[in-house]
Amino acid sequence: MIAGLAFYVFAAILIACATMVVTSRNPVHSVLYLILAFFNAAGLFLLAGAEFLAMILVIVYVGAVAVLFLFVVMMLDIDFTKLREGFQRYAPFGAIIGGILFLELVMVLGSWRFSGDAAELRLSPAPAGITNTEALGRILYTDYVFLFQIAGLILLVAMMGAIVLTLRERTGTKRQSIPDQLAREGKVEVLNIPGGQGIRSLGILRRLPKAEPAPKKVAHHGHDDDHHGGGHH
Amino acid sequence: MQALQDFLATPVGHLVLTVAQTLALLVPVLICVAYMTWAERRIMAAMQLRKGPNVVGPFGMLQPFADALKMLMKETIVPTGASRYLFLAAPMLTFLLAMIAWSVIPVNDGWAIADINVGILYLFAVSSLGVYGVIIAGWASNSKYAFLGALRSAAQMVSYEVSMGFVIVTVLLCAGSLNLTEIVRAQTTVWYVIPLFPMAIIFFISTLAETNRAPFDLPEGESELVAGFFVEYSSMSFALFFLGEYANILLMCSLTTILFLGGWLPPMAIEPFTWVPGPLWFMLKAGLLFFCFVWVRATFPRYRYDQLMRLGWKVFLPFSLVWLIITAFTLKLMGWLPA
Repeated sequence: MIAGLAFYVFAAILIACATMVVTSRNPVHSVLYLILAFFNAAGLFLLAGAEFLAMILVIVYVGAVAVLFLFVVMMLDIDFTKLREGFQRYAPFGAIIGGILFLELVMVLGSWRFSGDAAELRLSPAPAGITNTEALGRILYTDYVFLFQIAGLILLVAMMGAIVLTLRERTGTKRQSIPDQLAREGKVEVLNIPGGQGIRSLGILRRLPKAEPAPKKVAHHGHDDDHHGGGHH
Repeated sequence: MQALQDFLATPVGHLVLTVAQTLALLVPVLICVAYMTWAERRIMAAMQLRKGPNVVGPFGMLQPFADALKMLMKETIVPTGASRYLFLAAPMLTFLLAMIAWSVIPVNDGWAIADINVGILYLFAVSSLGVYGVIIAGWASNSKYAFLGALRSAAQMVSYEVSMGFVIVTVLLCAGSLNLTEIVRAQTTVWYVIPLFPMAIIFFISTLAETNRAPFDLPEGESELVAGFFVEYSSMSFALFFLGEYANILLMCSLTTILFLGGWLPPMAIEPFTWVPGPLWFMLKAGLLFFCFVWVRATFPRYRYDQLMRLGWKVFLPFSLVWLIITAFTLKLMGWLPA
């Protein structure tokens, strides 16, 4: 019963958050709602018994992707009045495109038929004695390892493309060369400092000033430096 | 007795039991956190030939409580122009995340409140969320110092998580399980700090960066950013950040203990060592690591930001990746892979 209740709570919050992502005016709030939506999706995964997927969803999407989103969005300087300027002009186009997409969805879902195998698979119990980390690992790294590797290569190419497109060598920047810096002579000296005495004993720093005669005592209460606080005892 | 057991088997009884377990874990953790702040000040003072807090109570041991009381008495100030709800939610989030991570930490064999299959992933997920408390605080404060601190922190935490992930994968390869209790049990023969020594060092340094500790405390670098992301906070909201930060440090020390120092296991399973109970070993190891945190803070100057990024991406990441591959090959070729 608790699981059923939790499902409806997670699902309701998920849908509410997804709506708020689209409708909230401040983009930072949008991203924060998106993060909350991810969390609830992870909760749904947990309810379905897919603990590994739930954790990976949080680590990858909330811990990395959404941080970058937030990072970019926070630095945007957006004029909201300007953003809403063309609303009336573009509204009909938006409505038409939205309507076409909706019709397509209806047509796809209307002719959707589950194959008999899928229904059977759904009824079969989760394999006993194997955690779902192991089950996923077997599918990804044993059964379909080549497809997995190809997917990895495609992502690598995309990443390299992004780097090549955005990398530019600027002239006139001063770079730090650590080997050069370490190879300087006479600039850096390593000293052996006697323990418990500090560097004053080597005579590097100037000497401490001679203790001046104590100024005349004024009748003060609660400010008696000779008796507590200081580290000179 | 039978009635009590029957009660605990019901859903309500289970809830009561879980709340009791949580309190039994979190209260000692918070007391530890209070004394960590005191210990840090005393150790740093000793290293810098000073005395440190020694006035309030015997050896100054009541200082943390005096500080806490002082914080409680102060006024909570929300700056004008700040995003009010987010501003107040950020410290709560930081504190909450630091607390919920403790639910999977096994202080002794079978003592974890939630002994879940994917414990290490859960910890990794929670620690990667810690960056949100910082970012939200920085953005909601509507102050340039806080914002710059938040940006630095976000970049830093994301960078060091990558190499931390590789280190964790290396340990998982050796242990063959994602369950924290199983990882500790797999270290009965040898603690992983010995075969995986370089990874232990990388992990330790990455935890320093992950918890924004010196020498990687750029998000709160006083000389440039006043106090970084929490510059606008006062009173309890500041105290929550402070508590969350130290609870995170303790958590990272515990995680390093579990992954590399054999958790509750004694160094050798022979007579004098086995007399000491497991939780005490755990606390000793975590305490030793915390001492190293303080030692590092008292010893090293702060990194420059480009050096920090260079260390994370150009040194730690390739090194841990190569070490991961070496470990995998060694385990495979020698037939040491856990079943």
